[in-house]
Amino acid sequence: MHTALILYTGAFGLIVIGIAGIVLSTHLIRILFGVALLEAGTNLLLLLATWQDGAAAPIIVAGRVPVLMADPVPQALVLTAIVIGVGVLALALSLALRVQRAYGTLDIRAVRQRMEQAIAAEAGVELPSSHDAPVAVGPVTAGREGQS
Amino acid sequence: MRRIASILFLVGLGVLIAAIYQQMNLTSEPLVGRAINAAAAKQVGAANFVTAVVLGYRGADTLLELTILFTAATAGGLVLGRPRSGAARDPDAGPILLAGADLFFPLFLVVGLYIILHGHLTPGGGFQGGVILAAAFFVPVLARPGTSLDQPLVSAIEGLAGAAFIGIGLLAMLEGKPFLTPLLDRGDLGTLTSAGSLPLLYVAVGLKVGAELAGLLAQLAATEASD
Amino acid sequence: MDILVLITVIVMLASAAGVLLLKEFLSALAALSVVSLGLSVLFVILRAPDVAMTEAAIGAGLGSLLFALALRRLGLWHINSKN
Repeated sequence: MHTALILYTGAFGLIVIGIAGIVLSTHLIRILFGVALLEAGTNLLLLLATWQDGAAAPIIVAGRVPVLMADPVPQALVLTAIVIGVGVLALALSLALRVQRAYGTLDIRAVRQRMEQAIAAEAGVELPSSHDAPVAVGPVTAGREGQS
Repeated sequence: MRRIASILFLVGLGVLIAAIYQQMNLTSEPLVGRAINAAAAKQVGAANFVTAVVLGYRGADTLLELTILFTAATAGGLVLGRPRSGAARDPDAGPILLAGADLFFPLFLVVGLYIILHGHLTPGGGFQGGVILAAAFFVPVLARPGTSLDQPLVSAIEGLAGAAFIGIGLLAMLEGKPFLTPLLDRGDLGTLTSAGSLPLLYVAVGLKVGAELAGLLAQLAATEASD
Repeated sequence: MDILVLITVIVMLASAAGVLLLKEFLSALAALSVVSLGLSVLFVILRAPDVAMTEAAIGAGLGSLLFALALRRLGLWHINSKN
């Protein structure tokens, strides 16, 4: 089969699986796994941009200069991208540790709920108990004296 | 409802990526890369062209990358906070890790420094060697959780290495050339003392990355487990 | 050459699917290491030795170590065997 097709399928497959992990997961750590997969797929895609089938590595060894050498610019970019990725992942994991310490759970739905409750408590506003509950007992008047 | 919206979003994203792939001009020649391959040996003197690109042709990008890494490590340290002294510590690791940590420390040091110093000759360089140095200094902390890294010393090394990188770059401006132009003699291609100031820059990068990652890992390991 | 690329890509994509589908976080972390390793092999085949070394050192080394430390601190470092 065409090697380029296999490689591009691999890169796009990793990207799609990564994005699926970020969007569809409910646990914060699994979202971070998805971010790591997304970064891996993007790095592969960057490197595939100037890949040619017969090229040699862009290094001169023992004075022999190959005829066709691979492009060194995407390789340099991907090099720094990988290191930046791990740095950002370290920061994300530290934040996840703090979230666990503050809210006691890593399920993003529960975290979102507790965060809203905490913000509402700070602001002194009552959160509606459910999305279908009415805001006030009767029609909301301009003066807003009576609120349940 | 949210599930359906998420899946629709994913499908749309897949269509968008396929459309972009369709438009990507995959058969065009890499003009810049070819020019660099032809000119790098004479201009920079490094046998490893990726090193020539990382430190010579795109040195400012490496400086920004070091800044990002520094920001991430500092912010991670701020977020984690200082561990309470007297908190419960993990017990020492098993005999395999204890013996291995003692055996591997000099090995990691030598391999890491070799990879850093030969970055302009063979595949390698500051980032790879820096990661190995970070592992060298972190594995003993992993094996004996009671001991901890000397955090002020690690921060001092990180700061000084970063300053050294910027200092070498500024030295080029003293001679009237742009920031981060490679200095010193180009030397013979393929020897250790070739490529001018590139090995020095990589040593600074390696020490900075190693110190940062080791410090971050040690801080992560020292936070007490949340109950 | 084609066969090698095909096998590596298949292993990588299967492990990537495993990262999301496996229930235990320890197993998902192991699958993530396999993805990094497969990526490193792919980088060697694509004639990028610097990038392969960086990916092997960081993806399969420091990155997995980072995740393992965080999982340990979060109390997710166990395998529930309910048979």
